Amino acid sequence: MTRMNRITKLFAEATEPILNVYATAGYPNFGDTMTVLNALQAGGVDIIEIGMPYSDPVADGETIQQSNQVSLDQGMTVAHLFEQLKDMRQTVSVPVLLMGYINPVLQYGVEAFCKKCAEVGVDGLILPDLPMAEYESEYQAIFEQYGLYNIFLITPQTTDARIAQIDAISQGFIYMVSSASTTGAKTGISSDQETYFKRIEGMNLKNPRLIGFGISDRASFLKASESAAGAIIGSAFVKLLGQAQDLHSEIVGFVQSIKGKK
Amino acid sequence: MNHSFQVDERGYYGDFGGAFIPEMLYPNVEELRSRYLDIIADQSFQEEFHALLKDYVGRPTPLFKAERLSAKYNTNIYLKREDLCHTGAHKVNNTIGQILVAKRLGKNKIVAETGAGQHGVATATVCALMGMECIVYMGAIDIERQAPNVARMRMLGATVVAAQSGSKTLKDATNEAMRHWINNPVDTHYIIGSVVGPHPYPDMVARFQSVISEEIRSQLQEKEGRDYPDYVIACVGGGSNAAGAFYHFLDEPRTQLIAAEAAGQGVGTGHSAATTFLGKAGVLHGSKSLLMQTEDGQVIEPYSISAGLDYPGIGPMHAHLFKTGRAKFYDITDEEALEAALECSMLEGIIPALESAHALAVFGKLNAKPNEVVVVNLSGRGDKDLSTYQQRLKLND
Repeated sequence: MTRMNRITKLFAEATEPILNVYATAGYPNFGDTMTVLNALQAGGVDIIEIGMPYSDPVADGETIQQSNQVSLDQGMTVAHLFEQLKDMRQTVSVPVLLMGYINPVLQYGVEAFCKKCAEVGVDGLILPDLPMAEYESEYQAIFEQYGLYNIFLITPQTTDARIAQIDAISQGFIYMVSSASTTGAKTGISSDQETYFKRIEGMNLKNPRLIGFGISDRASFLKASESAAGAIIGSAFVKLLGQAQDLHSEIVGFVQSIKGKK
Repeated sequence: MNHSFQVDERGYYGDFGGAFIPEMLYPNVEELRSRYLDIIADQSFQEEFHALLKDYVGRPTPLFKAERLSAKYNTNIYLKREDLCHTGAHKVNNTIGQILVAKRLGKNKIVAETGAGQHGVATATVCALMGMECIVYMGAIDIERQAPNVARMRMLGATVVAAQSGSKTLKDATNEAMRHWINNPVDTHYIIGSVVGPHPYPDMVARFQSVISEEIRSQLQEKEGRDYPDYVIACVGGGSNAAGAFYHFLDEPRTQLIAAEAAGQGVGTGHSAATTFLGKAGVLHGSKSLLMQTEDGQVIEPYSISAGLDYPGIGPMHAHLFKTGRAKFYDITDEEALEAALECSMLEGIIPALESAHALAVFGKLNAKPNEVVVVNLSGRGDKDLSTYQQRLKLND
């Protein structure tokens, strides 16, 4: 694994705020995964985060939970997802992350999972219920062997000492959760949150940050991007997926509206 | 004393346990982990805890020699009467302990999950006692099935919120309670009702329930002249009453630990909650344990006639006891539990909870000797199950 991870390259070369969009795999329909990925790229997204559906997603609010359940009911599994992504790199050039919960990864087998990620061209993982200590002792060596970045979260309650530890072990970027909440629970950015954003900015971390949770439109995207390298949109986009009549054109339009290309 | 079956510094029982939680929960769980042992060891805590157990819960609960059951099974059977605790089950031992911890952590709001409503009632009860705000998450389906306990919680001042996600039962109520804690991290303590969840919950809950086996020891000394039984039997859903009944015998090799799991319609039927028979290692609700799940790692909704045993996992301590062979697990079907409930009612004049009836159903499989001593933890009373008993035992005919 000598190639530079696509995430590192993106952050090194970016000249404008980075937009990361989350989409639940196999949603709204089982076969839509690649359609959604291709449309996101066509719209100009910078990073794609694919949600691996799970029966018990405790960090997620109602919108993403529901999309997970719909996807599972339609038969989505980790194995099916890898099958859908096998030719992803023929059309998708932006960095791709898989986001999900640890149990399906454990059942697939951690090493087999990482090997498959490398094969299909996944650049990193976000596993919110994989704690830092477990990652260091059991997973880090395997992730690194397959060139996968593990993206850690920080929240307004994370202490400075722990943020420093997370910064030391992180690669790619740090996922800054904008408020104490599950996904999609709150929208907009308050003055308390700005204080938190400024505090983190002042820590001079070695990793860039993307801000997620509560980002839903161009205004909140730009506001968050004042204090970080960019931002992450999840629930607002999943809502769009659930309602879209023409998946491709509506996704392209959504991404362009956030990026200010339209 | 050798504590080989106790939790280690990393929060593990052998291969099981840990704290698999999102970063949003880390500060709360870490605060609890770093302080719970000191809080519990403090003299003022011990005094307040034991005073409430005595005067409010009604402890010690009796250890009753069940003469007619003993005669039938030709051995010496004792019932540990947790059904006589205030609120009708052992659950209150834990909620008393945790609300005292919450006070010392400076929290003024409580969130909890509940399945059948027993833990929800026990939590609402101690919140009323301490003047704390109480929110209980309960699966939307369980709210319909367990209307009397919903009414009890509301009468005690709690807000009962329907969990509408997933299968709308206990595991989803637990998810919702965790989400509530994520969204309210500063002023709220989460009172988990069983020996599940991220470290330190399994250990903390086991310690609060350990009063059960502490009392069994001294009561047996008085009645039998020895402070250990040959068998301790308890039912296991998440496993809090079993953890309490086993706790002081974990390192007593002369005592066999027996766990009764809910087989539902039978372990092979697809309608079961017998986790050690049907589960494999996995992560749910913050800890690694045995878990009923699909090949893809999605959690399977279990089935049991008893709402309190209707959970797809077991506590990590029990997974360890199972794996090491320290405890023996029996799968008890709905029918066997119903028969055992009827038998205990007719022979001893005690109507047990359906959960506890699973433990009583082990007698017939045990082959205990005439000189041996068997203690079964009668974890709760059967009032809440009367409508099931009416239907299934045809009591209306």
